[in-house]
Amino acid sequence: MNDTLIIIPAYNEAENIDSLVQKLKHADGSWDILVINDGSTDNTSKLAKASGKAVVIDLPFNLGIGGCVQTGFKYAKLYNYEYALQFDGDGQHKIEEINKLLNIVKNKEADVAIGSRFVQKHGGYKSTSPRRLGIKIFEITSYLMIRQKITDNTSGFRAYNKKTINFLSENYPTDFPEPEIVIMLGKNKFKIKEIFTQMQERQGGVSSISLAQSPYYMIKVLLAMFMASIRAKQIESEIDTN
Amino acid sequence: MNIQYIAITGSILLLFFVLHLIRKKSLKEEYSLLWLFFCFVFLVFSIWRDGLDYFAQLIGIAYAPAALFFIFLLAILMILIEFSIIISKLSDKSKNLAQEIGILKMEIEKLKKQTRNP
Repeated sequence: MNDTLIIIPAYNEAENIDSLVQKLKHADGSWDILVINDGSTDNTSKLAKASGKAVVIDLPFNLGIGGCVQTGFKYAKLYNYEYALQFDGDGQHKIEEINKLLNIVKNKEADVAIGSRFVQKHGGYKSTSPRRLGIKIFEITSYLMIRQKITDNTSGFRAYNKKTINFLSENYPTDFPEPEIVIMLGKNKFKIKEIFTQMQERQGGVSSISLAQSPYYMIKVLLAMFMASIRAKQIESEIDTN
Repeated sequence: MNIQYIAITGSILLLFFVLHLIRKKSLKEEYSLLWLFFCFVFLVFSIWRDGLDYFAQLIGIAYAPAALFFIFLLAILMILIEFSIIISKLSDKSKNLAQEIGILKMEIEKLKKQTRNP
């Protein structure tokens, strides 16, 4: 067993999952791979198991991205992993950049490393313009709340150390979790560092947020960020007892 | 006066219906407390007309039985909020269960494999 766990949330990712697991294992042997199948209706679980290179957890029904990833943190805590990295199953993240993120937490530069598309002006896929507007709004909101510039609050490409793993295994929002977690972690004095990573257009599957849902998404996430911001102290006492 | 009889009959029927549900164990005692409390309030105000008049005057409602509707709306609002709280708790619990089940299933499969080829 290695000290690093790659958490891959997968919902109907049968097209990519096998090649992704193979590539991940091939790229670096020093991490374990955990695929969490979030109640897929296709062969995601079977293909991930057949690869023989990943531990596969099948959730009994679809929990949504938050509940799915949190399972990964619970597993990481149970098996005492030192580091965990969330890697989305749709192929948007680049395998070559995993160590860039992991090294930040391994070198103790931060508790959390976030891969951001926007730290650097050029290079890689920057998403569509309405999405970019939303992301800008999150940047301003999170800056007001935690006084740190986080340019890509929605990025799911993140590396965490053990302290953060333990915290997130207990506290993790259910849907659209990423921006809320930034606030939770920032308010609870976890050190966050953002670095530039490229993002590719998704290789298959569909985005979890359609344009019609986006106003709901924005309002829900902004409310959640605000609540996380005023709730912070309550959770602080729980960290001490952990 | 007619509305008073309707209100009295209505609150008694509601009270017995809620009690019946509890007796049948269709409704848990802890979730029935708000219902019982408001049944009691309706009953008191439908019988005790002067009390209703006084209450209506207090909050500035000219037609006293309308105050009953006001209490009724308030009751529904509170009960609905209670439901939202219960639903949120339940969904959190079911999420935790699903996660535990997922991890346990994986562990069982691992153990099975180990016993098959030790």
